[in-house]
Amino acid sequence: MGLKRLGKNLVLKNGTIMDPYHKKTIHGDVWIKDGTIAGVGEFKSPKSSETVDCKGKVITHGFCDLHVHFREPGREDKETLQTGSLAAMAGGFTRVCVMPNTNPPLDSPESINFIREKAEDCPIHIHPIGAVTKSQNGNDLTEMGLMHQEGAVAFSDDGLPIQDGAMMRIALEYATLMDVPIINHAEDVCLRAEGVMHEGKVSTHLGLPGNPDLAESAMVHRDLELAEFTGSRLHVPHVSSAKAVHHIQEMKQKNNKVTAEVTPHHIFFNDDALTSFNTHLKVAPPIRTEKDRKVLIQAVREGIIDCIATDHAPHTIEDKETTFDLASFGMIGLESCFGAVNKVLVDQEGLPLEDVIALLTTKPRAIMGFDSDLFTLGRAAEINVIDTDKEWTFEREHVRSRSINSPFFGEPLKGKVELTISCGMIFSN
Amino acid sequence: MSNQVLMDAKAVDRSITRLSHEILERTDSPEDIVLIGIHNRGVPIASRIQAKLQELSGVILDQGSLDITFHRDDFRERLVMPQVKGTDISFSLDEKVVILVDDVLYTGRTIRAALDELNSFGRAAKVQLAVLVDRGHRELPIKADYVGKNVPTHEGEHVSVNLKETDETDCVSLIRAKE
Amino acid sequence: MLQQKHLLGLEGYPGDDIQAIIDTAFNFREVLDRPIKKVPSLQGVTIVNLFFENSTRTRISFELAQKRLSADTVNFTASSSSLKKGESFKDTAQNIEAMKIDAVVMRHPTPGAPKHLTEFIDAIIINAGDGTHEHPTQAILDMVSLHERFGKLKGLKVAILGDISHSRVALSNIYGLITMGADVTLCGPPNLIPPFIHDLDVTVNYNLDEVIDWADALNVLRIQRERMGLGLVPSTREYRAMFGITQERLEHHKKEIVIMHPGPMNRGVEIDGSVADSDQAIILDQVLNGVASRMAILYLLCGGKPSEEDV
Repeated sequence: MGLKRLGKNLVLKNGTIMDPYHKKTIHGDVWIKDGTIAGVGEFKSPKSSETVDCKGKVITHGFCDLHVHFREPGREDKETLQTGSLAAMAGGFTRVCVMPNTNPPLDSPESINFIREKAEDCPIHIHPIGAVTKSQNGNDLTEMGLMHQEGAVAFSDDGLPIQDGAMMRIALEYATLMDVPIINHAEDVCLRAEGVMHEGKVSTHLGLPGNPDLAESAMVHRDLELAEFTGSRLHVPHVSSAKAVHHIQEMKQKNNKVTAEVTPHHIFFNDDALTSFNTHLKVAPPIRTEKDRKVLIQAVREGIIDCIATDHAPHTIEDKETTFDLASFGMIGLESCFGAVNKVLVDQEGLPLEDVIALLTTKPRAIMGFDSDLFTLGRAAEINVIDTDKEWTFEREHVRSRSINSPFFGEPLKGKVELTISCGMIFSN
Repeated sequence: MSNQVLMDAKAVDRSITRLSHEILERTDSPEDIVLIGIHNRGVPIASRIQAKLQELSGVILDQGSLDITFHRDDFRERLVMPQVKGTDISFSLDEKVVILVDDVLYTGRTIRAALDELNSFGRAAKVQLAVLVDRGHRELPIKADYVGKNVPTHEGEHVSVNLKETDETDCVSLIRAKE
Repeated sequence: MLQQKHLLGLEGYPGDDIQAIIDTAFNFREVLDRPIKKVPSLQGVTIVNLFFENSTRTRISFELAQKRLSADTVNFTASSSSLKKGESFKDTAQNIEAMKIDAVVMRHPTPGAPKHLTEFIDAIIINAGDGTHEHPTQAILDMVSLHERFGKLKGLKVAILGDISHSRVALSNIYGLITMGADVTLCGPPNLIPPFIHDLDVTVNYNLDEVIDWADALNVLRIQRERMGLGLVPSTREYRAMFGITQERLEHHKKEIVIMHPGPMNRGVEIDGSVADSDQAIILDQVLNGVASRMAILYLLCGGKPSEEDV
């Protein structure tokens, strides 16, 4: 259990090897030698090797999450790059992109460099996303060119929307230089006002101030039009509303530079779950109606939404164990991700497992231009072993993050990651 | 229009030769002389004089060219485009004997403009004038020191100078407009 | 001599006239090399320099041009003027003209102001820069400098680099160079290049290294520090890294490329000091050609008698 260094030779035996890149599924073994792929399918096993019996299990690519918050620098009490890496591996993730709303924010080439250097000691691949504006003030563009040279893979002011349309335009135009996407947390601050949950029947029953879906869809629409006008790349994060889905669908018909992601919690829960006033369900953008949830699932099915991203947002107990209005927005999500999306999309909605695997592997990697040919010989191993049929209940013991703010405790999930291999390390749950 | 040849090619050549001899005769120090041809046709004439003087005395004189457009006194009446090659005097005129060279001397206004322009290049010790043809009718008190041929003319007549360098042959003709 | 009475801009300005101005400018270059740099061509002509916007170098250049042509010069700067006392633009112009002047050289912060002026006064008007619209005399001196270096403009590959959207120098250069048959590529931060600029028959390429490989000459525009605070340019070091004509960048390309700059320069930002001082840069020639070009323009516009055909 836990994390340890890979031995010289490891053979995963008798598994169902799913390669989402070549879109092939075969039965066989996978041999990892000195941390790199040495054999896939049928091959002559090395004489002395550690073996793991993967009968009935799926062996596939390590997952890639485009949207996590690892809170370093500034709030290491919530999460660090190291603890976040463990949470990621527990959920089957071998590669993540960290959002820049840290303290201080990642708004300079020096801070991007800081993350990149610290990440070298981590067991997963961590890519920094740079802030769009200095101190996320919405006014002054960051030194995107220099930050990109230091390793920033995209730019976002996540946590905060880029409220000013002129600023969003400038950001999109400038980002075309680096050919990277702008990721805007689309929520019109004025329309959102004091809203803490989705504005609908449930919020009315509960007397809580609501945040209407328009706050998201209006800004998503603005961003889509700007992206078309400037010819830039736009990635829409954590899509939560049917209205936003419709705008994205329309724009995607003529613009292939637009991509979108959805979180596990937005396809698992609807706003009825909030009648308990459970602050772990307080997220931005809010969890919306059953109708929105269904539209999101259909959007995943049709490819309008490109990938799944957890928006893993660790908070301390004090931040969450308070009245609903004062609680911080966000939940952790790396460890529960696969179990939740597999249950909803494969089990309940009938999507093929291969499609769901792709949503967690090749699709997100393609958006950022990361290599996806992970079963090729000689490649550094980024592999998962998953028991896709396992029924399990998410509990405290499954969490590896430093924070424990999750609404999934006690939820029955389907499908569990057992082993994750990355950067010469192996994590077993 | 009638066209009377005043000087054929041989006559032009003889005149230039004689002008060159005269110039040499009147100076003790040919090295102090600089030749300045006035655009258009004063320039090739100055070149021929320079060549001739080199032949006769072995001295190669400095030569320059002058475009008087910017110094014309009729600038409020008509706008004239300057020559593309323009004025080219790349040496100081201080203490020099400047010989201005032109094809036809008529009203004298061109020479006045040339004198005005020369001032911008230094203070010459002496300025003299050599022309191929003097057709009279001065409007200003200007006189040529060296003249190829004196040609009395009337108003309405035009002295046309053709030179090998610009017009295929050497020829000076008088063109009269018929009544 | 020139087809238009005024010089308001180079958009639609006839190529033959541009060539005539360039040729005449070379003549005036020669005048500027003489020991006594003066010709009497514009004696008795009165020219007013009407500057509603600060500018030392352009005004001095025009003044010198006027004085070398023996014209009489009068300067009017907005700060020390009746504009502060609330006089309208029209009244200012007409009051000045009432004193019998022949030509006005005007710089104004608003695009179209010189055209506007033609409706109030009869004098010849020369645009010394109208806001973010045109600066025709600058473009002409740039073309004279290119012509001096390359012997021609047709087919020449000229890149203009920097804040295009706020640059009257860029716009006039584009109009003039395209008319004279040159090829123009624009390069700079995408948010500082107007999206509809393609309509002007230019190429846009944000990759500076590719542009340097392509171009015969680079016209480097000043990055206006006022733009920094408005969120448009992240910082001077970012601008230098992405778009600066640095010694390292040029050395990397190892090619003969002519460097131009309209001035004033931010050394170490858009251009390195060592590049500006090198043999590849013709920046000081531009300044000298500026006086010669303005002499040519004034001579051709103000010389002679206005004929009945003139507009």
